[in-house]
Amino acid sequence: MDDAELIARPRRGDEAAFGSLVTAHQPAMLRLAGALLTSRALAEEATQEAWVGMLRGLDRFEGRASLKTWLYAILVNRARTIAARERRTVPFDHTDDARAEDPARFAADGSWTQAPVPFTDEVGERLDHAPLVARLAPALDVLPPAQRIIVTLRDIEGLSSDDVCAMLEITPANQRVLLHRARAGLRRSIEASLKRDG
Amino acid sequence: MPLLYDDLVCRDAVELASDYLEGALSWRRRRSYERHLRGCPHCRAHLAQVRSIVTELGRAEPGQLTDDARADLMDVSRRYREERSGDAEP
Ligand SMILES: [Zn+2]
Repeated sequence: MDDAELIARPRRGDEAAFGSLVTAHQPAMLRLAGALLTSRALAEEATQEAWVGMLRGLDRFEGRASLKTWLYAILVNRARTIAARERRTVPFDHTDDARAEDPARFAADGSWTQAPVPFTDEVGERLDHAPLVARLAPALDVLPPAQRIIVTLRDIEGLSSDDVCAMLEITPANQRVLLHRARAGLRRSIEASLKRDG
Repeated sequence: MPLLYDDLVCRDAVELASDYLEGALSWRRRRSYERHLRGCPHCRAHLAQVRSIVTELGRAEPGQLTDDARADLMDVSRRYREERSGDAEP
């Protein structure tokens, strides 16, 4: 079923169609709201409000954005309103020009002092990504909030840079810097955790 | 022969990995990064790691929707419809 059909049926009051939208999108919406609000209760509140917002806005949905992008935009908006109410607003502007990777990894001439620690186990011919996968969630948890939100929207939810910039009202350059820091931060924590586990 | 490429050291090259994957580097920066990668196995490994992080993040499944959570949201929709049909009455 395409977006237009999925939208037309709840618009006519079709409960089952609303239910299938909830089944399809609520888990990811809750994950996203969790990144925006870092409290399970507030994240649930934001997703509930987003669904009401969706029902209210159904008549205005013109299908220019995908349903998912539209729903996520409503959710991000509600979550940011809740964050402001709770005085948990996340600033997205970055002012320092610090490097994302650890300068201590490089010698005076700028070359690596030691190779990056491999993320994968070679199992015969195949690469086993399990060591990486197991370390992603804890690495995400320790990212600064703005970086976690950007990497969640871009790399986990798969939204475009343009959509994310519009949702968060940030510039493309700012979005790229935060995404770069987030990915570099994840890489560093995963590497550190692999080193700890020896 | 004019100097076409900036020479990159690893410390600077690693800062380009994410923008490279985004396709956001200028032609000139992209060429010097790619040239550095050809000669530097450590920076190639670094880029492969950033790329595999992006790939695995995209594969991560969100949690399961519990029956209670689903029922709550169906309630939200029902209440909304009731309110709206209430408003419509003269
Ligand atoms: Zn290098």
